[in-house]
Amino acid sequence: MIATGVLDDLAATVGGHAQEAGSQDGVAGVPARWVAAPGSAEEASALLHTAAGLGLTVVPRGRGTALGWGSPPRSADLLVSTERMDRMVEHNPGDLVCVVEAGATIDAMNEQLAQHRQQLALDQPLPGATIGGTVSTTRSGPRRLLYGTPRDQVLGVTMVRPDGTVATAGSKVVKNVAGYDLAKLLGGAYGTLGLICRLVVRLHPLPRARMWLRAWYTDAETAAAAALRAAGSQLAPSAVEIRRTVSAAGADVFVLLEGTRTGIDGRSRQALELLAGATETTDIDPEDGDRLGVLQAGPEDTLVKVAVPLPGVAAVLHTVQAAESRYGVPCHLQGSAGAGVLHVVVQARERPDAVARTVTDLRRAAVGGSAVVLQAPAPVRTLVDAWGPVNGLALMRRVKDEFDPDHRFAPGRFVGGI
Amino acid sequence: MTTHPTGPVPAEVTGHDTAGSVQELARRCRALLGDEAVITDEARRRTYECDGLAAYTVVPALVVLAADTNIVREVVAHCHELGVPFVARGSGTGLSGGALPHAEGVLIVTSRMREILDVDPRAQRAVVQPGVINLDVTAAAAPHGYYYAPDPSSQQICSIGGNVAENSGGAHCLKYGFTTNHVLSVQMVAPDGALTRLGTTAPDAPGYDLLGAVVGSEGTLGIVTEATVRLTRAPEAVVTLLAGFRSTDDAGTAVSAIIGAGVVPAAIEMMDRLSIEAAEKAVACGYPAGAGAVLVVELDGPAAEVETQVGEVREHCDAAGAFEIRQAVDDAQRALIWKGRKSAFAAVGRISPDYIVQDGVIPRTALPEVLRRIDALARDNGVRVANVFHAGDGNLHPLVLFDGSEEGATERAEDVSGQILRLCLEHGGSITGEHGVGADKAAYMPQMFSDDDLDTMQLVRCAFDPRYLSNPGKVFPTPRLCGERPGRRSGTHPLQDAGVAEIF
Repeated sequence: MIATGVLDDLAATVGGHAQEAGSQDGVAGVPARWVAAPGSAEEASALLHTAAGLGLTVVPRGRGTALGWGSPPRSADLLVSTERMDRMVEHNPGDLVCVVEAGATIDAMNEQLAQHRQQLALDQPLPGATIGGTVSTTRSGPRRLLYGTPRDQVLGVTMVRPDGTVATAGSKVVKNVAGYDLAKLLGGAYGTLGLICRLVVRLHPLPRARMWLRAWYTDAETAAAAALRAAGSQLAPSAVEIRRTVSAAGADVFVLLEGTRTGIDGRSRQALELLAGATETTDIDPEDGDRLGVLQAGPEDTLVKVAVPLPGVAAVLHTVQAAESRYGVPCHLQGSAGAGVLHVVVQARERPDAVARTVTDLRRAAVGGSAVVLQAPAPVRTLVDAWGPVNGLALMRRVKDEFDPDHRFAPGRFVGGI
Repeated sequence: MTTHPTGPVPAEVTGHDTAGSVQELARRCRALLGDEAVITDEARRRTYECDGLAAYTVVPALVVLAADTNIVREVVAHCHELGVPFVARGSGTGLSGGALPHAEGVLIVTSRMREILDVDPRAQRAVVQPGVINLDVTAAAAPHGYYYAPDPSSQQICSIGGNVAENSGGAHCLKYGFTTNHVLSVQMVAPDGALTRLGTTAPDAPGYDLLGAVVGSEGTLGIVTEATVRLTRAPEAVVTLLAGFRSTDDAGTAVSAIIGAGVVPAAIEMMDRLSIEAAEKAVACGYPAGAGAVLVVELDGPAAEVETQVGEVREHCDAAGAFEIRQAVDDAQRALIWKGRKSAFAAVGRISPDYIVQDGVIPRTALPEVLRRIDALARDNGVRVANVFHAGDGNLHPLVLFDGSEEGATERAEDVSGQILRLCLEHGGSITGEHGVGADKAAYMPQMFSDDDLDTMQLVRCAFDPRYLSNPGKVFPTPRLCGERPGRRSGTHPLQDAGVAEIF
């Protein structure tokens, strides 16, 4: 195969927006050969049809904020960048719905939506992300407690299958049960089933008033108990976060209240009662509060997403503390105690064996849930199974075989080597 | 309305000849379950010939009353081996014929599996069997201060298994979402008889979100035998308002103003003059006299917020011309307001010998335009249409009234009902918001989706059910031959030749 010939073939499908990959274009350490940027679903269809004919492996890419997440692909001939598909296609404010291309960043969307006092209520654990990437890796932050995750907010999808077929599922209305919900299937699939080109998402009004409360507890168990009380209260908080910094005996609990000014006055008093036992309780700058969901993982750190039934949050905290003292690995924990979805950052790049043991312990603590290694340096990856046990894996393989029979899309990036 | 094929699936698809296999299946089921739970007698089978959509009837070849997961697994495994189609049925309240039996298949009834296995308020979860009645989950959670949020109007009789199959909604899904947002995990029997768990008790289970595909797949991907559902904290305050307007336009203006102001009510329901008239005759709900439309608005949440919102909603209703606003503050008053709304479907029986319940969705802002078009359609065709809808999310339930004994009336009513769906699609909406596609609307799917869209959805079907045994004939008008690559088909579809399917 002559590389220049391939580039010409690819470029012809996307109006010339294709090039040889540079050193910055790797996927989790795996180098790519070409990068192409289709400007529409039609161009993406032509591009992927051509790539299929050439038998190329393909990895979709948004802004690349989470390109290091998931297992490294076995091969990545072609990176398909969604950077040219970044338009907001439709927004009728009265319907609280918008149609947007996959490459649009959540920041850009929210800037536009704010003019109508509306928002896409998705937090960005990795700032600067596109909506397509956020959906593909099913990222969420503090406000998932009230607004849910991409799973709850995506109403429809237009995708291009690995063979170039363009397909749409869902609709532009909030309520629709016609046909299979393919948007859910593509959400969190890490690009292994096809390319997401366009999404219909549900919007929410911007709250008129908001308040972040912070309560500091000298021991983690009391903090977890307070968070559980807040989550089970009638306060209807938008977020209940917990944060335990490296080597701390205690932990912070943060509660976000959104509503009207008068409403929040009353609710914050109730919240203080629920947060009893704290050494210190105060309201904090809302901008600081909003940054709580940003993941504090450096490039060499191991990042583990731990999901547990709510009462299990305490056990995860305990596991993190025990790992620190037993293996000597610094651990930072943050996440939604209200939803039971936590992120643990293990900062011990020179001790892969200790990191692996910590992952194993977290997995053991996550009874009824999961512990997934989102990001890890190569030596850690060789020691741990990134995904852990997965329910329904046999059916997942069959779904992969149907959508991508030649296993060309992000091969090896997903559960069970999919 | 086009009748939908529900006949035998040909051997090209199943790889089996079903004739004779049903007898063998019946024999094996009896050996497994004894005679009591295996129904072969024709008169008794006939009692299962339809679900909540009585317009379609098919007598199943065999009925099995499943008492536990293992029985479902064994029966499905036998079906797989013998090539016999199966249809799952919960309470049989579905409104799209999703549980319409298969003439040469077995109907697997899960209504005996009605045990609530666990209620854990601290984890905000309950684990239930598929035959458990929707409202019973709330009843079990209520002592702990929790409830199960999805509340279809049939919640006193419909089952969780059916809710999962149909992704049921309800009046409160504007704020709280649908079944799919409240199911964390299921145990299911795949069409090859394999027992599988999807999802976890915690959110964000790793791997493909197969659960998201299964919920709302109308029984075409297998049979759910256990569900772990989310329990929602009961709100501190609930206020229900009833506002009377001169016209649906005025009521629609109020809805727009409420949503535009950033208020998200738990529910906003609208009824027009004809449906109010019917409800009054049926349950004497005492709605404001002379109203051309009423709105039922429910606000819930922390008391301090609800109080503010109630004031705002009242202002918006006043500004839009409401001539009377009532406010329910206790359960008894609230029940009275809801009584009229919840009885609406059955109530039209008081003002018309026959009626069709339609279910379509439009973008909420298209409401005034679509209502005018429905009105014109009704006038032009000499039928009456009563409108009841979830105004907050644009989900319409037009009730097309007719007298079946009148020459041509049924056809005219069906035609109007179908044209209403086309109106929904014209405005960028959907052919079903909550009742499902089932047997009733498969023919409309190609109007909403392209061949490629439907083909892609059926890739999922092929992964789960390559032999096309799980509730065949529902949802999709034309089955995809699994293993077939798109675009390579020539000539007519084998199912078309067999007279089973039409290309719509």
